[in-house]
Amino acid sequence: MSQNQNKTKPELLTGAEIAVRLLERQGIRTIAGILGSANLPLYDALSYSKQIHHVLTRHEQGAGFIAQGMARASGQPAVCFATSGPGTTNLLTAIADAKLDSIPVVAITGQVSRNMIGTDAFQEVDTYGMTIPITKHNYLVNSAADLLHILPQAFRIATSGRPGPVLIDIPKDVQLEEVEVTAWPEPGCPDAPPSIDPMLVEAAARMMAEAKRPILYLGGGVIHSGAADVVRQLAEKAGLPTVTTLLALGALPFDHPLWLGMLGMHGAPCANKAMDESDLLIVVGARFDDRATGKLAEFCPQAKVIHIDIDPAELNKLRASHVAIGGDVGAVLQALLPRIEAQARPDWLARIRQLKEDWPLRLPGSEDPCTHYGLVKAVAECLDENAILATDVGQHQMWAAQAYPHRKPRRWLTSGGLGTMGFGLPTALGAALAEPENTVVCFSGDGSLLMNIQELVTAAQENANVKVVLMNNSALGLVHQQQTQFYGARHFASLFSQNPDFVALALACGVRAVNLDSASDPRAALREAIATRGPCLIHCSIDVQELVCPIVPPGAANREMIGV
Amino acid sequence: MKEQSPLRTVLELTVNNHPGVMSHVVGLFSRRAFNLEGILVLPVGDGAISRIWLLVNEDERLPQMIKQVEKLEDVRNVRRHAADHNAFVRLEEFFNTN
Ligand SMILES: Cc1ncc(C[n+]2csc(CCOP(=O)(O)OP(=O)(O)O)c2C)c(N)n1
Ligand SMILES: [Mg+2]
Repeated sequence: MSQNQNKTKPELLTGAEIAVRLLERQGIRTIAGILGSANLPLYDALSYSKQIHHVLTRHEQGAGFIAQGMARASGQPAVCFATSGPGTTNLLTAIADAKLDSIPVVAITGQVSRNMIGTDAFQEVDTYGMTIPITKHNYLVNSAADLLHILPQAFRIATSGRPGPVLIDIPKDVQLEEVEVTAWPEPGCPDAPPSIDPMLVEAAARMMAEAKRPILYLGGGVIHSGAADVVRQLAEKAGLPTVTTLLALGALPFDHPLWLGMLGMHGAPCANKAMDESDLLIVVGARFDDRATGKLAEFCPQAKVIHIDIDPAELNKLRASHVAIGGDVGAVLQALLPRIEAQARPDWLARIRQLKEDWPLRLPGSEDPCTHYGLVKAVAECLDENAILATDVGQHQMWAAQAYPHRKPRRWLTSGGLGTMGFGLPTALGAALAEPENTVVCFSGDGSLLMNIQELVTAAQENANVKVVLMNNSALGLVHQQQTQFYGARHFASLFSQNPDFVALALACGVRAVNLDSASDPRAALREAIATRGPCLIHCSIDVQELVCPIVPPGAANREMIGV
Repeated sequence: MKEQSPLRTVLELTVNNHPGVMSHVVGLFSRRAFNLEGILVLPVGDGAISRIWLLVNEDERLPQMIKQVEKLEDVRNVRRHAADHNAFVRLEEFFNTN
């Protein structure tokens, strides 16, 4: 430890000043959050920072998702602040979301002073206890001096191996405690990835050579690892038809001949069919999530499995693998690449072409910009391949996943594991803060948008280049659809009898708004709205009867898709 | 009594000794509705680390549980012992029913 320390002129600093200094040394430039009495010392220290721009949100959940948006777009850890008690409980959903999708977020919360902890003091909650199951790791800081090792460690943990959120709870008196700092620790950075067992790589290469009908199944780990390039090389060299999960969209360009589409519940029929026929699954950074696999016992019944993941606990968790390789997926694929033979696989690839032709993902109405698929397509036409797309959760999310031409990694930000309504707007805002010159589009629904609508004000305040495309069906569409299909069309509590005037609401928040419903030329209106810098709400009514198709019914096998 | 009880396993964890570590370990079991039949903790050496002994029923989820425990930042090492490990046996006199 000591040789890593950078000696400095001794300075008497408070815990809060130390924390801010360490965040600066960590390279943090933006922090979203809300202040309160238990983190006021931190905010006071932050006010002196010339490096860090603070984004005052209107709800702590917004701050948590802004941090996620920055982290998802950049791959770098991002920070949010909240005060004790309600400030912290408001953050929890965003932290849990980051845990399930493995996003490196460092949340720093204020806590009541140490002598009041455990007394049910004003705005005291057991932050440490509440966040154990939803963080990768958490801390209750016991002294200002401890911050010197805890902060760098938090960043190291958030970014090492499988990334995830880390929470640091700092009692107010620790923020105020003065200590003399004589040396600064090195910023926390990711641990070196584990070494890869060459025997296992060899075994995987052999299985790939012997397989007749292999499929490459990519998950979010490919994005986190920055492995899209090597994935593409491997797929092309070994002739591997490729499917991606919701989180891995963009890992292979949508128009790549080997790409079959998204697998699973709302995936491409050809992807699910091909997997059903496959004799070898090469699973990379994916975790056999139930929305992807359908009925697990009947998932890819003929296939042997090679599973590559940085998290050893994912290997053999839900599906036994024949070769399980723990390691950074990019590094493992790099090691695998020279060991595999180039293969043309004419029979299997001919079969794949046939499946794509017979079982395509249908996108009816694509030509009309005022239908669900047509709107996604029309938006895509206004964007370049670098533009970032965020979504909320619901039908609009699935339609965007299906119809958007995904081209690159880290350009598609969606809540996969937790499926959190309200994710979209603040996450898009975070991405726009991370890439201020870029355009960020958020596909949202009328239900989801209202869950964090207050962040429209934050978008206006930051003049963020975020375009919210609101697909308004006056319904909680995805659950309305489930009632239609699986609950005898008994639509209870899923239709909104009252909805705000979203255009007026956006205007009231200081955000431009365009209503495609009344536009004489919706395409032109859309193009203009997206091309004009700054936040904008783009409203479009969508028929509530539209369904997300196809769908694997709950509990069914993926081959039993309906609405194909 | 002994003959009827299910097969047991003893886990030996070496952990950083601080107030939160038990919650981290125990939480992994409770969220999976996996009962801990016995828990024994004492600091080791200068007290920077502790040893936790866990007595659990044999269960097909145990390998996954061990992997999850190994992932905890404060857990340095996990060992799985056979059921006849005597860490708990010697304590039985403290747990009489009468
Ligand atoms: C916070 C939260 N509450 C409830 C749900 C359950 N849920 C999933 S989709 C959905 C409906 C979403 O409605 P909307 O945002 O309007 O999107 P739509 O399906 O209509 O496109 C609901 C209620 C959820 N995913 N997240
Ligand atoms: Mg809706």
